[in-house]
Amino acid sequence: MAAPELTKADFQSDQETRWCPGCGDYAVLAAVQSFFPALGIPPERIVFVSGIGCAGRFAYYMDTYGMHGIHGRGPALATGLASARDDLSIWVVTGDGDALSIGGNHLIHALRRNVPVKILLFNNQIYGLTKGQASPTSERGKVTKSTPFGSIDGPFNPVSLALGAEATFVARTIDTDKQHLPMVLRAAAEHEGAALVEIYQNCPVFNDGAFDALRDRKRGEINRIHLEHGQPIRGVTRDPDGSLRLGEGEPVIHDAHREDPSFAFALSRLSSSPDGPTPIGIFRDVRRPVSGRELTGQLAAAHAGADDASLDALMRAGDTWTIS
Amino acid sequence: MEKEEARTETRERVVVRMAGDSGDGMQLAGSRFTDATAVFGNDLATLPDFPAEIRAPAGTVAGVSAFQIHFASRDILTPGDAPDVLVAMNPAALKANLPLMRRGATILVNEDAFSVRAVQKAGYAVSPLEDGTLDPYTVKRVPMSSLTTRAVEGIEGATSRDAQKAKNLFALGVLSWLYDRPVDVTERWIRGKFSGPVCEANLAAFRAGWSFGETSELIDVQVKVDRNVDVAPGTYRNINGTEATALGLIAASVKSGLPLVFGAYPITPASDLLHALARRQDMGVRTIQAEDEIAAASMALGAAFGGALGVTCTSGPGLDLKTETIGLAVMLELPMVIIDVQRAGPSTGMPTKTEQSDLLQALYGRHGESPLPVLAAQSPGQCFEAVYEAARIAITYRTPVILLSDLFVANSSEPWRIPQAAALAPIDPNFRTSTSGPFLPYSRDDNLARPWAIPGTPGLQHRIGGLEKADRTGAISYDGPNHARMTQLRAEKVDGIPVPDLQIHGETDADLLVLGWGSSYGTIRAGARRVREGGGRVATAHLQHLRPLPANVGPLLRKFERVLVPEMNSGQLAHELRARYLVDVISYGKVQGQPLLPSEMEQEIWRHLS
Repeated sequence: MAAPELTKADFQSDQETRWCPGCGDYAVLAAVQSFFPALGIPPERIVFVSGIGCAGRFAYYMDTYGMHGIHGRGPALATGLASARDDLSIWVVTGDGDALSIGGNHLIHALRRNVPVKILLFNNQIYGLTKGQASPTSERGKVTKSTPFGSIDGPFNPVSLALGAEATFVARTIDTDKQHLPMVLRAAAEHEGAALVEIYQNCPVFNDGAFDALRDRKRGEINRIHLEHGQPIRGVTRDPDGSLRLGEGEPVIHDAHREDPSFAFALSRLSSSPDGPTPIGIFRDVRRPVSGRELTGQLAAAHAGADDASLDALMRAGDTWTIS
Repeated sequence: MEKEEARTETRERVVVRMAGDSGDGMQLAGSRFTDATAVFGNDLATLPDFPAEIRAPAGTVAGVSAFQIHFASRDILTPGDAPDVLVAMNPAALKANLPLMRRGATILVNEDAFSVRAVQKAGYAVSPLEDGTLDPYTVKRVPMSSLTTRAVEGIEGATSRDAQKAKNLFALGVLSWLYDRPVDVTERWIRGKFSGPVCEANLAAFRAGWSFGETSELIDVQVKVDRNVDVAPGTYRNINGTEATALGLIAASVKSGLPLVFGAYPITPASDLLHALARRQDMGVRTIQAEDEIAAASMALGAAFGGALGVTCTSGPGLDLKTETIGLAVMLELPMVIIDVQRAGPSTGMPTKTEQSDLLQALYGRHGESPLPVLAAQSPGQCFEAVYEAARIAITYRTPVILLSDLFVANSSEPWRIPQAAALAPIDPNFRTSTSGPFLPYSRDDNLARPWAIPGTPGLQHRIGGLEKADRTGAISYDGPNHARMTQLRAEKVDGIPVPDLQIHGETDADLLVLGWGSSYGTIRAGARRVREGGGRVATAHLQHLRPLPANVGPLLRKFERVLVPEMNSGQLAHELRARYLVDVISYGKVQGQPLLPSEMEQEIWRHLS
C-alpha cells in the first residue's frame, strides 16, 4: 500500500512560532516544512533535537518527534538516540553559540564519529536569545553589549572547523534562498553519516544585515561562489603553486568527493567573513564507515535473543558452588 | 627434611593481607585465593587497596598494592580490621602495612627482597628483619624469589623473567597450604589463563609454594577454617560490586525488554563498570565511551527518549558535570539511571580512596527544585538488586534515579546467592501506543508517571524540552500557578514511590539505634554484633532508599532514646534526618579515605551506651 502523500501541513505543529518579526529562522522553518514531504519519511520517524538559543525553538514547530535539550548538548543527545535507534531520521538544530561555543566538544566528536545525524547550524554571528553578545563567529572588532570596545577575538570558520573534525559532509547555504537551501538539505539527508550544514541566518534585531553581501539579490549574484560537484567554480582559480585564490585564470573543477579534505579546506579559506565573495554549496561529501551502522542491528538482535535462560547462564558463568 | 605430620588447628575466622609492589601481582594472587576460598565454602569479604599511581617507582612505599581477605566458618560482614597474617613481598610492603598489624600476628616476608638497597628505598635505615622492629610479631622468613627461580629453572622455554613474575603464585601456594585451600580451583584458573612455558612456570611456582608450606618446618601449623554451613540454600558465586552492578543492569534490560545504552567517560573508580559492560555485546549491551561526562549523560538520556534503558556512571567530579543533564531528565520525565561510585573529594580529591560524601549532592545538587529518587548499595552482592530496583523505579515512574555506590563496595567482594531470572520482579515499560483521543504528553497515571511514547509510534509525535511544561499538554508555559503545580507534581511523584519499611535488626527496645546507609552496612552490623556479644543493648537499621525515605523512619527515630548515624562523611545523613524529622541524632563521621572498621564501630557504640 502506498503511503498517503505528505504535505507541508503534515510537518507544521500546533505551536505558535515565536521568533522576532523578520527573523531568518522563519524562512528556514518554511523551507524545511516544504521540503520534508519530498523526503518520503513519515513524520513519526523523524526526530528534531535542539539545544538552547533562538534556533533551539525550531524543534517545537515541527510536527515530528522533538527534544529541546540543553545548551550545546544537542549532538550528544542525538548520538545517544542514534545509538539506540537506526530506524530514525535524526536532525539537530543548533546555533553558532550553541554548536561552536558551549557545545563545541560535542559537535566535533559527533562529526568525528560520523554519527548518522544531520546538523543544521544557524549562524547569525551573534547571541540572540541572550540579547546581543558576541559569538564565536562574530568578527574581530565587533561591538556588542559584552564587547563595548570591540571584540578582541577572531572568529571560527564553521566549515573549516567541521572539516578539521573529520566531517564527511559539510555544506553552507543561506536562509532565504528557496532553491539552494532545500537542495543542500536533500543532499545532507541522502548522506549516510554525519552532515553539517551551515546556514547563514539573519538576526534582524542584534546583527541585521550581516549577510547582505550574499542575501541581497544583486550583491549576491556577484558574491556567491557556487560549489557544484564536477563543475568549474566561477571566480576561483589555481595559482602555479597549487593554492586556490579568488580571481580569473585557470578554472578549478569542484570535487566534493575527494577523500583528502585539503581541497575542501582550501575552498573554505577563500572567505573569512561573508561580506564579500563567499563559497556556498557542498564543500565535501564522502563516504566513511558510519558510527554503529552494523553494530546497532547486531545488538538489537542480541537483545531480542536475550531471555531468562541466557541471563541465568550469564549470572552463573565461572566458578559457582551450591548449598542444598 | 620431612615433617612428621603438620599440626593443625581450627579457627572460626582469619584475616589475611597480601602486600607487594604494584607490579608484583598481589591483586591477582588475592583474587585467586578468594575464588578458592569461595568455592571451598567459607563466607568471605575482600578489600583491594591500590596505590594511586599506576606504577610508582618500584620498591617505594607509594607503589605498594595490597589485598585483604576475611574468611570464616560463620557469616561475616566486613573485610576485617587487623590482619592475622601479612604477606610482605618487599620492605616497602612491610613498611606500608605494619601499622595495621596487631602484636603477635604472623608476618611472612620474602626474605630475598630485603637487600640493602631495597631496605633503603623503603625508607628504612637498617633492615627491619635485623633491628628488632619485628620483635612483637611472629616472623617467617621465606626466600620466595630464589625458591620460585629454582622451581621454574627446569622448565623448557621459561625465562628468568617468567620466574621473577611467578613469585606471587609461590606466595599463593604457601597461603593455600597454610589454610588448606583447594588447589584444583587455582590450577584450573592458571591453565585457563596462561599457556606454554608461562603456564608451566606459574603452575610450578604455585606447587612449590604449597610444598614449601607442607615440608618446611618454618610453618608448623596448618589452619583449618571450616565451611560456613549456616547459609541459605542456593547457588553461589563470588562477586564484587562492579560485577554485580553490571549484571543488575543487564537483568533490568532483559526483564524490561529495553535495550541497555550505557554512556560513560573514563574516571576512577567507575571505569570498571564501563569495562564490564563493554564485554557484553552478546546480551545486546551498547556502551559508548563519550567525549566527556556531560555527553555520557546526554547520550543515556537521548537513548531513553528513543525507548532504551539509558544509564550513565561516574565518580567524583563527573557527577558535577552530569548535573545539567540530570536536571533536564527531571524536566523531561524520562527514565535514566545515574550510578555514582563515590570517592574522596572535593575536586580530584583522592580518586583511589573511598568516601560517602555525595549524598547531599545526589539529593539536592541541582538548580531549581529538582527532585529525584536516590538509592544506595550496601554490599557487593546487593549492588545487583540496588541497581535493578533503581532501573525499575526509573522506568515505572519516568524519572532519573541516582544510585550511590562507592569505591569500597565496588571493589570489595563476597559470596553472592545468584537469583533466578524468572523470579526477578517484572519491569513494564508500558509504552504509549494508543492514538485514541488527543495525546497529552504530560498527563499522568496513578503513579503520577507521564506516558512514554517513543519515536516511530504513528500519531503520537510530540515535543518535549527543558522549558517548563503546561500540565497535561506539555506545551511551553511561563504561567506562575502552572509552574507551582508542576513543581509540586514532580515532588509528589518522587515522594509517592512506595519503598519498604526500615527493618530493625536486634531488640526494638534497645538503648541505642545505629542507623547507616550504603557500604557501611557490614561494618555497622559487625560492630553491633560484638557489642551485643558483650552484653550491650544496641539495634541497627540500614537505609537502602534515601529519597523517598521509608515511611517509618520518623517514628523509629523518635522511638529510640539515642540514634547514632555513622558515615564516611562529616554527617550528611545526620543533617538530612535532623532537618526532616527534628530529631537530634548523634553523628559519627570518618573522612580518611578508608572504610569504617568494625573495631571503631564497636568502640563508638560502647561510648554511647555508657
